[in-house]
Amino acid sequence: MRESSQPLAGLRQRIARLAATGGPESRPAEGWLATGHDAFDSALGGGLAVGRTHEFFAADALDGASAAAFAALVALRTPGKVPLLWLRTVDAGRRTGHIYAPGIAELGGDPGRLLLIETADPKMLLACANDAVRCAGSAAVIVESWGKFPLLDLTAGRRLTLGARDAGTTLLMLRLNAAPTPSVAETRWSIVAATSRELGADAPGAPAFDLELLRWRGGPAGTRWRLDWDKDEQAFRDAALSGAVLPLAARRTVHPLGAEAA
Amino acid sequence: MPLADARAQVPDLAIVPHDPLLDQNWLDRLAQGCARYTPLVALDSPDGLILDITGCTHLFDGEAGLIDDIDRRLTRLGMTLRHALGPTADAARALARYQTRPAPDEATAIRRLPVTALELEAEAATALVRAGLKTIGDLAARPMANIAARFGADAATALRRLLGDAPSPLDPRITPPPIATERRFAEPVASMPHATQILTELVGEAIADLTERGKGGRHFRATFFRSDGLARSIAVETGHPTRDSSLVMRLFAERMDGLRDPLDPGFGFDMMRLAVPRLEALAATQLKLEGGEVRAAAMTELLDRLATRIGRGGVRKLAAVDTHIPEQAQLALPAIDAPPPTSWPAPEPGEPPLRPLYLFDPPQVIEVIAEVPDGPPHRFRWRRATHAIRRYEGPERIASEWWRRKDNTGLTRDYYRVEDNRGRRYWLFRHGLYDEKPDPRWYIHGLFA
Repeated sequence: MRESSQPLAGLRQRIARLAATGGPESRPAEGWLATGHDAFDSALGGGLAVGRTHEFFAADALDGASAAAFAALVALRTPGKVPLLWLRTVDAGRRTGHIYAPGIAELGGDPGRLLLIETADPKMLLACANDAVRCAGSAAVIVESWGKFPLLDLTAGRRLTLGARDAGTTLLMLRLNAAPTPSVAETRWSIVAATSRELGADAPGAPAFDLELLRWRGGPAGTRWRLDWDKDEQAFRDAALSGAVLPLAARRTVHPLGAEAA
Repeated sequence: MPLADARAQVPDLAIVPHDPLLDQNWLDRLAQGCARYTPLVALDSPDGLILDITGCTHLFDGEAGLIDDIDRRLTRLGMTLRHALGPTADAARALARYQTRPAPDEATAIRRLPVTALELEAEAATALVRAGLKTIGDLAARPMANIAARFGADAATALRRLLGDAPSPLDPRITPPPIATERRFAEPVASMPHATQILTELVGEAIADLTERGKGGRHFRATFFRSDGLARSIAVETGHPTRDSSLVMRLFAERMDGLRDPLDPGFGFDMMRLAVPRLEALAATQLKLEGGEVRAAAMTELLDRLATRIGRGGVRKLAAVDTHIPEQAQLALPAIDAPPPTSWPAPEPGEPPLRPLYLFDPPQVIEVIAEVPDGPPHRFRWRRATHAIRRYEGPERIASEWWRRKDNTGLTRDYYRVEDNRGRRYWLFRHGLYDEKPDPRWYIHGLFA
């Protein structure tokens, strides 16, 4: 018993140390992908943490373009010429459309930074994503998938997350036409297209997004945001609510105007 | 003979328009096939092949056997053949094309050729015949200086080449790679790990050679020759010149893992060859103190690895094309070829995005309720769902590029940027104006963010 007590004590000390620091997972992020919207960024402690996985769900396939735009814009906002890797399967072009570089240029991003990787099937997509997150030197890695993606189970997700953490790359999972499922992501978002700010002659305005934070490892979830993209400032800002959808407070205090008048 | 006359004489004449490109492709394929006789095959466009058979005839039991073999194979393909052997490429070519009378030996045969075999310009050829010089032999009997003075330097050069006094170089179709190393085995290598180890050694040798030359390889090709005669080539490419043997071996391993039909040693390989067909200058570099290069290098390596795994077309960069037809405005080029960066049109400040993020190519048909003739769409049906349009902007009229079309016409498109009542933004267009087409169809071309 005596000879084993010393290793046991050592192990206990190690466990205590790990418990005190919270383990390697709670290491502070090396940086943030900021959106440029102060309230949004400060609520998340600076933005989307670098070196972590972030999931963007578009439950309805029609919101796919909004989710993709949000992920791409957050990554392309970062200054410099660092490439953005965008992985998708070959049939994505038929389902949601081909990524259109003039459209990215119109949003104010630089399409020259985009590296498009198209794989034949989801299995190869996962294998290529594993390699891509382990390579430092990208602004972010966007992995676009369609539907349930059963290959991306907890083990596969954890492998991706560990790879991203070790290399310091940010993994943005774009889950189109999928319902949110448990995963090891740092944040999980649901993105829906929002009505845009109206321009003259009833023309649709800048892209607007309805975001809901479904899960956040570092804090409370459930916050909702309505942002739109200002391409001239290269930042997200509060979407102006048009008169028609101005929400009323749930509980209003009714001033007894009639009583005063009397 | 004009075509009309030929048709009058033979009513059921089969007519095929002449396609020089197809002819060229066919000749190229024949040249590839002729690599079975000699590695030095040159094209003599539009209808000739020149084979340098020096040192290759014993494989076919001499010259006669080789010619028989060529004759048999090409006749089987339906080709009509004229062939000749000569001491130089030009002499053989002239004999094949211009020989009319048989001769006891090659030298006499060349001397008996008509002067047209020199293939001079019409003026010089006429002058030769007028001077009474009908055959090459007549011409060869005269002093070369006189020929050059009277009929031009070209005539003298052509004559000297034909007689073998001047070199007539060949431009072979298959050029030997600048660097190639090979290993022959007395005993066939039947295990893949052993073969891989030998490949590593070959790569090491090739890289030592590259280092000496101050170059880096962009393309490496390993060929495995099996003892039963099957040869398989495996090639890897890199985006930047490299001298890193571990990188090259990683790419080879990636390629071999991804083979649908794996490399099978069978009874063993009796030879392995590694060629580096494409070299580029690569100076010795020093890493910068401030870093950054390591990351860029890691990125190129990742792209090489992915391109090796999913094919070079799987990893692409987008390049701008100067056209106003939306689906033709971008090109996706393999990233491994390092396409030059292109400039994209800067967006108008203050405007919302006018082009979608996702583009359907081809556009998808939708059913639309719109005002006739030029009104905006009110609602549309796409993928079994109806969308009511709340806001729209348009039309943005994009005409077809009629000057590129054979019939010089084409339908005009009217594009509308629309938003439905749930906030989704689409790019729709009507294909054709009402005065161009009675019932133009509507399409969805893209999705905005």
